[in-house]
Amino acid sequence: MIEFNITILCAGVVAGAAPILLATLGETITEKAGLINLSLDGTIMLSAMTSFVITYETGSIMTGFIAAAVVGALVAAVVALFSIYLNQSQVAVGFVLTLMTRDLAYFLGNPYSRLQGACVAPQPIPYLKDIPFLGDVLFNHNIPIYFSILLIGACWWYMYRTPRGLILRSVGENPQACFARGIDPKRIQMLYAMCGGLLVGLAGATFSLCTKPGWGRPQGAEGTGWIALALVIFGGWHPIRAAIGAYLFAFLQVIGIYLQGWFPSVPAQVFQVAPFPLMIFTLLIINIAQHESVRTWSDGKAAVQSILKIFSQNMPTALGRPYRSD
Amino acid sequence: MPMDVTHTKRDIILRRTRELGLTVIVVFAFTTVILLLAGAPPLDAYYHIMKGSLGSWVKLGHVLKAWIPLTLCACGLLFTFRIGLWNIGVEGQVMMGAVCTTFVLRFGTDGHAPLLYLTLACAAGVVGGAVWALVAGFLKTKGGIHEIFAGLGLNFVAQAIILWLIFGPWKRPGIASMSGTEMFPRDLWLAYMPHMRASPVALACAIAAIIATALMLRYTRVGLYLKALGSNERAAHMFDLRPRFYMLVAMICAGGFAGLAGSVQVAGVYHRLIPAISSNYGYLALLVVMLANYNVWISPAVAFFFACLNVGSIQLPMMLQLDSSLSGVIQGALVLAALAVHAWHVRTRRMAERADYD
Amino acid sequence: MLLELHNIHKHYGAVKANNGVTLTIRPGTIHGVLGENGAGKSTLMKVLSGFVTKTAGTILIDDNVAEYATPAEAQRRGIGMLYQEPLDYVELTVLENFMIGQTRGLKNEMHDFRERFHSLVAHFNFTLEADEMVKRLTVGERQQLEILRLLSCGIEILILDEPTTGITDDQKASLFRALKQLAAEGKSVILVSHKLQDAEALCDAVTVLRDGVVTGSMDTPYDATTLLAMMFGTPPSSPARAPADYGEEILRLENVSAPGGRTGLSQCRVAVRQGEMIGLAGLEGSGQGVFLRLAGGIAPPATGTIELCGKAVHGRDHHVFKKAGVVFLPTSRLEEGLMPDLSITEHFALQDRSRGVVVRWQAALETARLKIKKFRVRGTPDSVVESLSGGNQQRLLLSLLSKESILLLLEQPTRGLDVESALWVWQHLHKYCLRKTAVVFSSSDIEEIFMVADRILVFFDGRIVQDVRKQDTTISDLARAIAGKV
Repeated sequence: MIEFNITILCAGVVAGAAPILLATLGETITEKAGLINLSLDGTIMLSAMTSFVITYETGSIMTGFIAAAVVGALVAAVVALFSIYLNQSQVAVGFVLTLMTRDLAYFLGNPYSRLQGACVAPQPIPYLKDIPFLGDVLFNHNIPIYFSILLIGACWWYMYRTPRGLILRSVGENPQACFARGIDPKRIQMLYAMCGGLLVGLAGATFSLCTKPGWGRPQGAEGTGWIALALVIFGGWHPIRAAIGAYLFAFLQVIGIYLQGWFPSVPAQVFQVAPFPLMIFTLLIINIAQHESVRTWSDGKAAVQSILKIFSQNMPTALGRPYRSD
Repeated sequence: MPMDVTHTKRDIILRRTRELGLTVIVVFAFTTVILLLAGAPPLDAYYHIMKGSLGSWVKLGHVLKAWIPLTLCACGLLFTFRIGLWNIGVEGQVMMGAVCTTFVLRFGTDGHAPLLYLTLACAAGVVGGAVWALVAGFLKTKGGIHEIFAGLGLNFVAQAIILWLIFGPWKRPGIASMSGTEMFPRDLWLAYMPHMRASPVALACAIAAIIATALMLRYTRVGLYLKALGSNERAAHMFDLRPRFYMLVAMICAGGFAGLAGSVQVAGVYHRLIPAISSNYGYLALLVVMLANYNVWISPAVAFFFACLNVGSIQLPMMLQLDSSLSGVIQGALVLAALAVHAWHVRTRRMAERADYD
Repeated sequence: MLLELHNIHKHYGAVKANNGVTLTIRPGTIHGVLGENGAGKSTLMKVLSGFVTKTAGTILIDDNVAEYATPAEAQRRGIGMLYQEPLDYVELTVLENFMIGQTRGLKNEMHDFRERFHSLVAHFNFTLEADEMVKRLTVGERQQLEILRLLSCGIEILILDEPTTGITDDQKASLFRALKQLAAEGKSVILVSHKLQDAEALCDAVTVLRDGVVTGSMDTPYDATTLLAMMFGTPPSSPARAPADYGEEILRLENVSAPGGRTGLSQCRVAVRQGEMIGLAGLEGSGQGVFLRLAGGIAPPATGTIELCGKAVHGRDHHVFKKAGVVFLPTSRLEEGLMPDLSITEHFALQDRSRGVVVRWQAALETARLKIKKFRVRGTPDSVVESLSGGNQQRLLLSLLSKESILLLLEQPTRGLDVESALWVWQHLHKYCLRKTAVVFSSSDIEEIFMVADRILVFFDGRIVQDVRKQDTTISDLARAIAGKV
C-alpha cells in the first residue's frame, strides 16, 4: 500500500510524462506540417534499443541519445520519402514500419536483454530544488526531463512566433498556396517529418536510459507511440494542449499504481492497460463535441460553449495529403 | 487525356514477376545485412527458418496452425480493404472472438454434448468478432472517428478485458497467472490430425473462408458494391448506394472472420484463453493482404509464407541465440520493398509518358 | 512597367487554348481582357502569371525578355495574379496569410508586418482585421487581402480573373476604387471578365479574345454592340423550330436559394414541363451547377420550395428524387459520376436493380456489349473506366441513363467531346424529349445552347436574369444577358 504523497505524485507525473511529451510534441510538429507518421510506436522501441545498446557499448549516454535521435529521424524520413516522393499511402507505410521497427528492435536488441545499463544521472537544480513542493516537482529531475518541459515552450514559440514556424503551419494547411508563394512544400514536409522523428527518437532514448531503464522484451514503452498519436489529436495539434494531454496520461498511469495498492483484487495489468483506451476514447467525446447537433444545442449556452472550445480541433487542412506537383 | 490501351495480360504478368523478383532480392539483401549486424551467420539463419517450418510433419502442423487464423483474418480484411477502410481493429476482433468462444466453452466443461458446445462456441466467436467490428464501424459512421483510432482503442480495450477475465472472474484455481485460464477438457478440443497437430476442422474452415470470400467478392452484389464504394464514394448517389451501410457490412464480415480466427485459437490451438491469444495475427494479416495486392488467391499463399517465417524463426533463439522477431522484420521489409518497387516503376513509366506527351 | 505579349501560344495536345495572342499593356492603365467561356482568357493569364508554361511566344517587360516557369518567379518580376479560387490559408489569421511567403528566419517580424498591413489597409480604405480568421472573411475581403499581399510583395502588374463574381456591390465598389488608385500610382491592372458593364466602368482599354485568338481591341469609350460582336461573333441565322407540344409541369422551384460555388443561387423561380429542352447559359459557376444539383436532390435548398409533379421534395433525401425519375449527371465524370477502377460491365452490373444476392454477370455483359455498340463507346466490356477517353466516358454515362426518367439534369454534357460525338449526344437527348422527358443542361457554348434548346435560362452572378423561348430571342440578346447587360 503506497502512501499517498501529493508531491511525490506530481513529481512522478512530471518524470513519467517526459518521454510521452517528447514523442507527442515531435508528432505534433510532423502533423502540423501535414504528414502523419504512424510508425511512432515502433520507432520509440527501435530508438530505445539503439540508445541503450550504444550507451552500453560506448559508455557515453550522450552518444546514446544522439544515436536514438538519428534513428528516429531516419524512420520518419522513410515515411516521408514514400509519401512525398513515391506517392504511397502514409498510413500504409507508417503502419508497416511500426511493426517492422519494433521487431527489428527486439531482434537486434536481443543480446542486450535484461542487462544492467547506464542511467541518466539525476541533476537537481541548486537553490530551485529547495522551493517547497515546486522544487521537488519541477527541479529535482534530470536533463531529459528538464528538456521535455522546456520543449513545450520552445515548440509553441517556434510555431506561433517565428516566420519559420509560420511556414511550417502553412505547408500543413495548403501546400498549393505555398507553392504559389515560392515555398517548396516537399522539402519543408521532409524537414519537419525528420525533426519530429528526431524528437520521437529522443523519447525512446528517454525510456531506456531514464524512465524505464534497460532493454528487454517487453521493454515497457510499448503502446506509447499510439498514445502519442492520440494525444496529438486530443491536443488539437497545439503543443501546449498536447502537453496537457501527455501529463494527463502520465497522471492516469501513476494513479494506476496507487489504485493497484488500494484495489489489490483487480489485476495489475488492467491498471497498466487502462489508460490507453481511456485516452483514445476521449477522442470520441471530442468528436461528439464537434458534431453539428451538439453545436446547435450549445448555441446560447455560453458556459457550455467555452468548455467545448477547449476541445475544438484544428486539424491541419492538408494533413495526409501531400503536395502533388502534377 | 486518353491513357494507353490496356496492356496485354502477358505484359502485366511479366511486369509483376519482374517487380516480385526485385522485391525478393532487395529484402534478401536487407535481411542479410541485419543478420550480419546482429553477428549471426545469415545462411545458417535461413536454413534454420526453413527447417523449422518445413522440416517435418510436426513442424508443418505448426505452420498450419499459424496459417489458419492468419488466412481467416486476411479473408475478412479483404472486405474492409475493398471498401477502403483500414481495419486495424482486426486484432481486437480476434480477441473478442476468443473471449466469446471461451465464454461458451466454459458451459460445456461438464462433458455433455461437446460437439454442440464446440459448434456454438465457434458461432459465438464469429458473432463476438462481428459485434466488436460493428462498434468500430459505428464509431466511424456515427461518431466520425477514423477507423484506425477507433480500432486501436478497441484493441486496447479488448486486451484489458482479456486480462481482467484471466486474472479475475475466469482465473484458474489457485494463483492466477499469465499462462491463462484453466485448460479445457480434451473433449472440448478441436480434433487433431495424427502427426500434424492441426485441426482438420479449422483447416476446412480456412479453406471454406477463402472460397467463400472469393465467391462473395466476385459474384455477389455486396462484393460489387464494396468495390464500387471503395473506388469512388462520391459517385455512390449515381447508383443508389449507401456508403455508410456498406462500410458496416464490410466491418461485420471482417469481424466475423477475425472472430472465427479467435475461436480457432481458443478451441484448436491453446485450448484456453491466454493474454496473447491473438498472437499478432490480426496486424500480420494486414501485411499479408497488402503484400498480396488485395488478391484473394494470393493472400493464402503469402499467409503460408509468413506462417513459415513465424514458425521457422522460433528455432532461432534455440539454435543461434537470436530473437525470433526476425520473421517480423522480413515480413515488414517485404511489404515495404514491394511498395517501393511498384512505386518506382509507376514513377519511371509516368516520366516516360510525360516525355512523349509534350 | 510596360508589358508586351508577342504571339503567345499555349497548346494542350491538339487543343490550342491560345493560338498566337499579341497584346500590350501600358503602365498606369487598367486593361480588360474580354471573352466568353473557353475563349482562352484564363489560359493566357495562367501563362502570364507563371502558373503554366507557354508553348511558344515571348513576354517582354520594359523591353526585356522575361522567362519564368513558376508563379513565384513571376512574382519576383513584378507580376501577380488574383485567382478565381483564392489560394489562401483558411485556418490562419489575416495577418499570417499576409506574411506567409514574405518572411523567413527566426526573428519575429509580426510587429513590422502588422504596421505594413495597417498602412496598406488605410491606403486603400479597406476594412480588414489583422487577427480575424480567413475562413470568416467574405470572398470580397479575401480578395482585398490577396491584393494587399501582392502589393506588399512588390508587384507592378496585377491580374484579376473574374474578380466580381460572387462579391457584394459594396465590395465591388471598394475593389474598383482600389484598382483605380493602383493605376493612378503607375501600376498596371489586367482585368479578365465576361461582364461588359465592369469593363465599361473600369477599363482604359480592352482586348477581346475568342477561340484562342484576339478578335479586336478598343479604347474607351466603348460600343457595346461591337464588343459583343467581337466576343460572340456574328450570330448565324437561327433555324425556325415549331413550338413543341409540352406536357404537364414536373418540376417547380419557388423562391429557392442555396449556397454553392462562388455565387450560390438566389431567388430562383422556375417551372419545367414535360418534353422541354432547357439550356442553362452564362459564365460557368454563375449558379447553373447549383441549380442542377438542387433539382436533382443532391443538395438541399437553404430557402424556398421544390416540387416534383406537385409533391414537395425540398430537403428530402436524394433517393426520393431518384425514385421519381430524376437523374443528374455531373461534369466531372470520373470524380462524381463513374467508378474509375471498375470496368464497363461492372458499371452495368451496378445499374441492375433486380433483387437477388448474386450479380447477374451474363446479363450485365450483354447489356455492356449492346450499349457499347449503340453508343459507340471505344472500349471493350472489360475496359476499366479510367482508361477511357473523356468523350467515351461521357458516352458511357449517358448509356447508363434509364429510359424511364422524367427529368434529365446534365452538367456540360458535351464537354471534351469532338463535334461528331457532341452531335450524337444531342440527337440522343432529343429522343428523350420526344418521349416526354424534360432535359435541362448547362453549357459554356452559347451557340450550342441556341442550336439545341427550346428554352434558355441565363445565369448571371447567381441569379436567373433571363428566361426565354428560343424563338423569342437571338444570340446577341443572349450574349448581352450573359455579359450582364440585360
